[in-house]
Amino acid sequence: MIEIITAGAPAPEDQARVLALANDADPLAAELEGVDRIELHFPKFTDGRAFTQARLLRQRRGFQGDIRATGDVLVDQLVQMWRVGFSSAVLKEGKDPADARRQFERYAAFYQGDAVVKQPLFARS
Amino acid sequence: MYQYTEFDKQFVRARAEQYRDQLERWQAGKLTDDEFRPLRLQNGWYVQRYAPMLRVAVPYGDISSLQLRALAKIAREYDQPDAALLREAQEKQLALGEVPVPGGTPVVTRLKHGYGHFTTRTNVQFNWIPLDKSADVMELLASVGLHGIQTSGNTIRNITTDEMAGIAPDEIADPRPFAEILRQWSTLHPEFAFLPRKFKVALNGTPEDRAALGWYDIGLQLRRSEAGELGFTVRVGGGMGRTPIIGTVVREFLPWQHLLNYIEACIRVYNEYGRRDNLWKARIKILVKAEGQRYIDKVEEEFRAIVEQDGGPHTLTEAELDRVSASFVNPELHPPVRKGADAHLHAIVRADAEADPLYDRWLQRNVRPHRNPQLRAVTLSFKRLGYAPGDATADQMETAAALAERFSAGEARVTHEQNLLLPWVHQDDLPELFAAARKAGLAKPNIGLLTDMIACPGGDFCSLANARSLPIAEAITQRYQDLDEEFDLGDIRLNISGCINSCGHHHAGHIGILGVDKDGKEWYQVTLGGSDGSELSGAATPGKVVGPSFSAAEVPVVIEAVLDTYRRERRATEDGRQETFIATVRRVGIDPFKAAANAARFTEREVA
Repeated sequence: MIEIITAGAPAPEDQARVLALANDADPLAAELEGVDRIELHFPKFTDGRAFTQARLLRQRRGFQGDIRATGDVLVDQLVQMWRVGFSSAVLKEGKDPADARRQFERYAAFYQGDAVVKQPLFARS
Repeated sequence: MYQYTEFDKQFVRARAEQYRDQLERWQAGKLTDDEFRPLRLQNGWYVQRYAPMLRVAVPYGDISSLQLRALAKIAREYDQPDAALLREAQEKQLALGEVPVPGGTPVVTRLKHGYGHFTTRTNVQFNWIPLDKSADVMELLASVGLHGIQTSGNTIRNITTDEMAGIAPDEIADPRPFAEILRQWSTLHPEFAFLPRKFKVALNGTPEDRAALGWYDIGLQLRRSEAGELGFTVRVGGGMGRTPIIGTVVREFLPWQHLLNYIEACIRVYNEYGRRDNLWKARIKILVKAEGQRYIDKVEEEFRAIVEQDGGPHTLTEAELDRVSASFVNPELHPPVRKGADAHLHAIVRADAEADPLYDRWLQRNVRPHRNPQLRAVTLSFKRLGYAPGDATADQMETAAALAERFSAGEARVTHEQNLLLPWVHQDDLPELFAAARKAGLAKPNIGLLTDMIACPGGDFCSLANARSLPIAEAITQRYQDLDEEFDLGDIRLNISGCINSCGHHHAGHIGILGVDKDGKEWYQVTLGGSDGSELSGAATPGKVVGPSFSAAEVPVVIEAVLDTYRRERRATEDGRQETFIATVRRVGIDPFKAAANAARFTEREVA
């Protein structure tokens, strides 16, 4: 499950080397050497570009570090964030992490493959 | 039809639970209206002019009698506004005025409830269900394998195909298994739930395009390569709306195994580069038009990367295609056996039908050949005076369910033209089906004729609409009630949209009517010569505007003038029949029609 970070929580001693990738930046061209964490921003939760960016970084580039969702991060998009390769998300202020956790227990599986379960349902044994 | 697996059933139930969770958080104030809106839209819940609208997905139009009965129950028990709301809505709609009919009764809006509406994209809509009942309705739908997943929102929408899929005599291959594979792949796709704009995919399995592929975001034409391999010609970037564009062929031949890999590439490039700054320029058609070959190159590059670098996890296998194909269980067919009194009764019903001139017309218009020579595909007409195009009351849906059970192995199909097709009717049952359908008011022999018009709900319901569609549809329907006249006018596609979003596909109509707003009043633009891409209509193309827009009162008169012009200009064809309306428009051009339409205006207005 995705690591849910509460907005406004005091940042722990964080020495991570962070790359904040803009929504219009090409994830296939980004320099990832020495990067611990990539932050992808949601200017609005309905702006879906970062879903593709995360997937390409995780699945195509094979990035092993943390991919974090920032910005307009709401409860109901966390499962899909996890599925495309995000490993952490800064939940928007005022949103209840308990509501978020419940969403991860709902579906036994999904039809299509994603960054976590690469094979689609029909190809899983 | 496709038989849901346990996984499919459980998935739809989980979706209903998820929706209830979302609804309750919204009701508790944990989700703002803006946060809840895309969630409810992704389950088919709009909020319209007076009440919410629910759009239920009917994947590629296939629906069982059990599902029809569930929809009837929803119509009866949930599509019920409270009296005050209905009164208020009715008063406001009456204030919009009446549409006069030459020689007939003026049409006013009479709002109804307790019914479902078949849409051009083979969905079913309800107009009056209160939002606080919405989760109950989703559970009821889930109990019969129905849902509203991705029937709205900037998502991959319900997949459509030809209503004769799998039963057409001239099919290259059955598109339904591929439509189902696409349905599964696109359902809750994690990467593509917030695209720049809505995304519609259609497939066609016959040489003739019967699925309006050119008008779709992605249109997939099944074909065989020279080597005999099955695959698709892929079109991308068609669409209606403010900027009508016919899709571009981006791939002449795509082997079927790569269907999902290639579509993933097409949509991923769109998700990355499609415009998000302007709602009117956000559809993929704008991206494809602006980028042209660069879009195609980018898709091909991404497709190669999916296959070569990602290992093509969604590459389809023979085993998967076989599995899905086998899920489309064709019914066991046995010719009706009638003995003794049954045989006698059949003889009477048959003699009655054959003595009825309507029966012959019904055979001509509503009954089509089938892949199995013993069978027929029969269309129940939901285009009749007194009902909006595609509207079905609870009782009528139940009747249709009973007809499907008795005559069509419990299966029906919602058609693009807003009717219901029964795909498995034995030829020996035609007189009985005719008699039963006629009794139910569903045997009007007008399929493909003028009154088989397409209309969106328009300004009586939709908050996007600029003008009402339904009173215009009713006025024209009332004017053309003489079947002799309708048969004489022959094949015509009349499509009506209440606004430029084009839900009524006016661009593709031989005659298109579009509601426009000027000074807060209802006006209508008329177009001629549009095509969906079928053999009758010719290569897909938007119609041409005949002139400045008309008032509601003028529209029926203008349509009459256009049709009179056709009767004057048409020629006999070589086989001794009359040239069709669209053929005449193509041959003589729109000028004579334009002149007639403009001469029918009530008052001379300055041409802007």
